[in-house]
Amino acid sequence: MILYGTAALALSTLLGKFVGELLGVIVGVDANVGGVGFGMLFLILIVNWMRNKNLLPEPTEHGVLFWSGMYIPVVVAMASIQNVAGALDGGLMAFLAGFAALVLGLLMVPVISRIGGYSEPLPPVSEQELEEQEV
Amino acid sequence: MELLTDFLENNGLIVAFAIVGILMLIAGGISKALTRGRLQGSAIAIIVGLILAYVGGAVTGGDSGIADITMFSGMSLMGGSMLLDFTIIATAYGVDLREIKKSGLPGGLALILGVILSFVVGALIAIMFGYRDAESVATIGAGAVTYIVGPVTGTAVGATSEVIAMSVAAGLVKSVVVMIGTPFVANIIGLNNPKSAMVYGGFMGTTSGVAGGLAATDKRLVPYGAMTATFYTGLGCLLGPSLLYFATVAFLG
Repeated sequence: MILYGTAALALSTLLGKFVGELLGVIVGVDANVGGVGFGMLFLILIVNWMRNKNLLPEPTEHGVLFWSGMYIPVVVAMASIQNVAGALDGGLMAFLAGFAALVLGLLMVPVISRIGGYSEPLPPVSEQELEEQEV
Repeated sequence: MELLTDFLENNGLIVAFAIVGILMLIAGGISKALTRGRLQGSAIAIIVGLILAYVGGAVTGGDSGIADITMFSGMSLMGGSMLLDFTIIATAYGVDLREIKKSGLPGGLALILGVILSFVVGALIAIMFGYRDAESVATIGAGAVTYIVGPVTGTAVGATSEVIAMSVAAGLVKSVVVMIGTPFVANIIGLNNPKSAMVYGGFMGTTSGVAGGLAATDKRLVPYGAMTATFYTGLGCLLGPSLLYFATVAFLG
């Protein structure tokens, strides 16, 4: 049943975000620390366990894949509720502070990525996969 | 008219699905017709989303973009952190844990360097613009980390509300430019494998920026970037009002 997949995803998300909240309280900051990361780890573990127990037939799998596919539309909606007007109202200093931090970070990505040797690029996405992603 | 507005508001999430669907269809068309697919439809859709956010903010004066216009309020449900986190975690389905372990060291290093470098750059620019008190300089530096770390630090060290607003704006600029800019620089900085995605997530940090930037570049990289970015704001909130603020006090004498 498709809901089993979605329920597994929901449990992973709740567990992960709760751990993130607890961690925030422990280190004394007003933020969720790593909740999404822990959620992803829980999902990987739960799915592996379900696969080993033969609890992951195709419909169940679709309950996770659907939400993975919804990621880009959700991001588009997220973009549309950002405070873009606030960013533009901040004036030159706010713009420079945010922009310079970003440029320096981008420049550092290839430097730090060298640690641990060369990594293979992901294989190119085939036309068909691209269609599925876009539509 | 009021009937229609109420109707759309009461069905907010469904309205949002329909709007984003139409928006992505148009963006896909623009991608094929104007850039021959070179700029992905999702990248264009995100830019259009940001333009809508600007329009919403400019019309209403609110801070939630298009969702401040009542009939589009459902967009905040669809694009809010509940569904965003849920779908980011879903992208981890099929992720190779070995890749994450292998990139743990560079990812963690990027995270620490990312917070510190952003803070230093933001603080230096505040000094360039004439700020000399440690509270203001540290708050604007923290804003360059993310728009959450800015106000958290500003409130903790007692910065003025004007400076706190400025720090939020700095963080928003970073987040918006990351979303738009990432697909254009991805090739130059080698953002095409899980390891560099984890390093990128560590350096950029802003959840919305990384989520949008990687969605516009290659969706398969999302879980890796999110894995490090998810610790960034927490680390920033930890270091901003403490270590980094004290360092600022020491630096300014």
